[in-house]
Amino acid sequence: MKLTEAGSRQGEHYQIDYTPPERGWLEPKVEFRKGTYCYPASLKHQKYLELPNPREWQIGVEDWKLPENWKEIILEGMKDRLRRYRSFKLFLDICVRCGACADKCHYFIGSGDPKNMPVLRAELLRSVYRRYFTLSGKILGRLAGARELTEDVLKEWFYYFYQCTECRRCSVFCPYGIDTCEITMMARELLNLVGCSINWIVEPASNSFRTGNHLGVLPHAFKTTMDFAVDEVKEITGIKVEPTINRKGAEILFISPSADYFASPHWYTFLGYLILFHEIGLDYTWSTYASEGGNFGFFHSMELAKRLNAKIYAEAKRLRVKWILGGECGHMWRVIHQYMDTFNGPADFLEEPVSPITGTNFDNARSTKMVHICEFTADLIKNNKLKLDPSRNDHWKVTFHDSCNTSRSMGLIEEPRYILNEVCNYFYEMPENTIRERTFCCGSGSGLGSDENIETRLRGGFPRANAVKYVKDQFGVNLVTCICAIDRATLPTLFEYWVPGMEVSGLHELVGNAIVMKGEKEGRTDLRGKTFNSLTHPSPHQGRGMGEGEGNDHVR
Amino acid sequence: MEIHKMGVLYSFFVIVIFLLFVIIGIEGLGWYSLFSVIIPYAAVVTFIAGLIFRVLKWGISPVPFHIPTTSGQQNSLPWIKPNNIDSPFTTRGVITRMALEVLFFRSLFWNERVELRRAYELLFKRNLYLWFGGLAFHWAFLITLLRHLRFFTEPVPSFVILVQGLDGILQSIAPTLYISNIFIFGALIYLFLRRVVYPQIRYISLPSDYLALFILLGVVLSGILIRFFYKVDLVKVKEWVMGMLSFNPTPLRGIGLLFYIHLFFVSFLIAYFPFSKMIHMAGFFLSPTRNLSNNSRNHRHINPWDKPVKVHTYEEYESEFREVMKEVGLPVEKE
Repeated sequence: MKLTEAGSRQGEHYQIDYTPPERGWLEPKVEFRKGTYCYPASLKHQKYLELPNPREWQIGVEDWKLPENWKEIILEGMKDRLRRYRSFKLFLDICVRCGACADKCHYFIGSGDPKNMPVLRAELLRSVYRRYFTLSGKILGRLAGARELTEDVLKEWFYYFYQCTECRRCSVFCPYGIDTCEITMMARELLNLVGCSINWIVEPASNSFRTGNHLGVLPHAFKTTMDFAVDEVKEITGIKVEPTINRKGAEILFISPSADYFASPHWYTFLGYLILFHEIGLDYTWSTYASEGGNFGFFHSMELAKRLNAKIYAEAKRLRVKWILGGECGHMWRVIHQYMDTFNGPADFLEEPVSPITGTNFDNARSTKMVHICEFTADLIKNNKLKLDPSRNDHWKVTFHDSCNTSRSMGLIEEPRYILNEVCNYFYEMPENTIRERTFCCGSGSGLGSDENIETRLRGGFPRANAVKYVKDQFGVNLVTCICAIDRATLPTLFEYWVPGMEVSGLHELVGNAIVMKGEKEGRTDLRGKTFNSLTHPSPHQGRGMGEGEGNDHVR
Repeated sequence: MEIHKMGVLYSFFVIVIFLLFVIIGIEGLGWYSLFSVIIPYAAVVTFIAGLIFRVLKWGISPVPFHIPTTSGQQNSLPWIKPNNIDSPFTTRGVITRMALEVLFFRSLFWNERVELRRAYELLFKRNLYLWFGGLAFHWAFLITLLRHLRFFTEPVPSFVILVQGLDGILQSIAPTLYISNIFIFGALIYLFLRRVVYPQIRYISLPSDYLALFILLGVVLSGILIRFFYKVDLVKVKEWVMGMLSFNPTPLRGIGLLFYIHLFFVSFLIAYFPFSKMIHMAGFFLSPTRNLSNNSRNHRHINPWDKPVKVHTYEEYESEFREVMKEVGLPVEKE
């Protein structure tokens, strides 16, 4: 069954077969069907980043032009990583194959392919580990679930480890916390050692290394974009906001994912940031050198992640700011929350973050010195520093999509919900099995949001879309709000297929809509240019319930 | 042959070989010293050495990054209630999280099953079977172990007697029947059946998964049979155990064959333990997604093998783009 065929839409003919094949999994076999995989990295970008074994190669053909000693490289690489990462060694050893993780993976739910069960995805690597690094595997071979490392196995790795979005949902359910994300990261590092990386990851990383952002926006284009946004805010609100770029001595450096200022519907979130910061009179600056919060290096290797991440502290130091504020992005926040301080800290040249508006000390970010914009805005609202009119979002019936990284690698769960409840009147939660720490990935994270693998993406996004369709049918939800730039880029495609008519926004677009600015013009529109009074007002408080009350009391 | 069929067959084969080995060894050749002294000692030594070896092997690899899986609200703003168990920010929270996991299998407790009710409609159902089966097995195993302490201690500590008393509370109805007997046997049968019945679990099962279950079943069945049908002289057994413990062993003779079978399976189990998946018992405590606190922005985590990487400096960046930056009026370091 091909998902892309017309007619299968909305599942009229959509059946997923969860029965595994009779044939066991030890024999590697992958069919690279168009639409299921991403293309290899271009030579230019491999070379710019000085990646190992750079070359032009193709997936569809038999010969991947692997280096002569590829097997040796991989096994040495494994040995090295087993030495450096306890997580890797432990997770290869302690799985009992209980299968609790099996139906937790969005790719498995959407495809039924047994090798998408997290346990089996890890076994693809584990089987090779057993063969070369354990006594039983060396002696008993297949009987111990061990197998030789062959080109077919390598190809299978490529297929399945670029079919895992490192979302960590399985690790929530695993009784030992085995995290397939760790396994996938290691597998991708190994693949990269022999030059098998994908362009959708390497090109943005290379762009980010050179220009400061994934999209390759050059400094003058950044300035032009900013000017354009300032004009647009003026047109909408009648107020001229005055953001600065690369300004030394600003109190705060603000960093958001680059898509926010270059893609749609991110753009409205960008306008939201500008309105918010203007309204509270924040002394902040943007940077062109560090014009990217996201980090596609993280989807490639820890080394590349660190190389890209270094810019944030370097720029904060150069601009002599006090602390850093970060925009809405998922994996960006995993890197900042769990890795940045370790990678490139200590940030002893910065001050402990204190909100200049409310005086709140963000003690939780005392060491890293970077605050999430949801923490910042929630604090503003709690302290009554913003005049908000939630009815300005009455044309939206909103649901909130937790992004994988902020929920499962950070625990930023209630801050966005608090903000949402303050800036809009109609907020409905999706079923509890699909939100918070159990949220489903958009199916396109970790550098897999390309058009090349559209079928895999649509399959992987199915559980998320299914929950969205549920609230659409139940409550008439027409907007999915999220705090992740990859979500904003990929969910529209997903919904176009599964839930037509569903719109996607960032949280700060809704904040921007709701802020009643001092001196704003009569007849102000929302950030998408629709006039507020022409919008339909559903009767207030109708079924607002689901979002309420669950708030802060929620413990699993 | 498929790996899971192979698994059942080979594991069964191993059990048969073991049985024959004990029967011939005891009944035919009278190798009492081998089965009641040499093998048990060797097994215990292997267990201890193996456990230390495995834990050290994991331990020497560092935890370079701070990677807890957070399953609840972080500790951020003072008025937002943090979840100190599922997203622990204090050591106490981490200990609570680990303890609830070890004692009550908290993650499995939240297990759910996904069904495609009809095309384009997913259904999530709480699924407690695995949680209950797993918990029943592990607790029954622990209680059985504790009960066995009465063979290893003189005088027998009161908690052992208490455990035994509680476990035997049903004995008024069925003499000699312990509750843990029922649970451990039932749970093992369930854990085996789910491996052969559910297609996905069958697909992922390896021979070692079946072997572990069969060995455990061997231990449990032989143990139950000894209690119910082929009673042995427990005074004699205890004398033998105490001799072993004081390193003054005398081979155990003249006791039912079934006891030697039980003893051999137990010996194999503990020797195999550190080298099998059963080592998850020790491994869990080292799991960095569970044993770290969610405070990585508050407290810096050090990577012991951290090394400098090649970065793209601001100077390099500006020298490439200086002209265009000046054109649009962006400040530059060097005019």
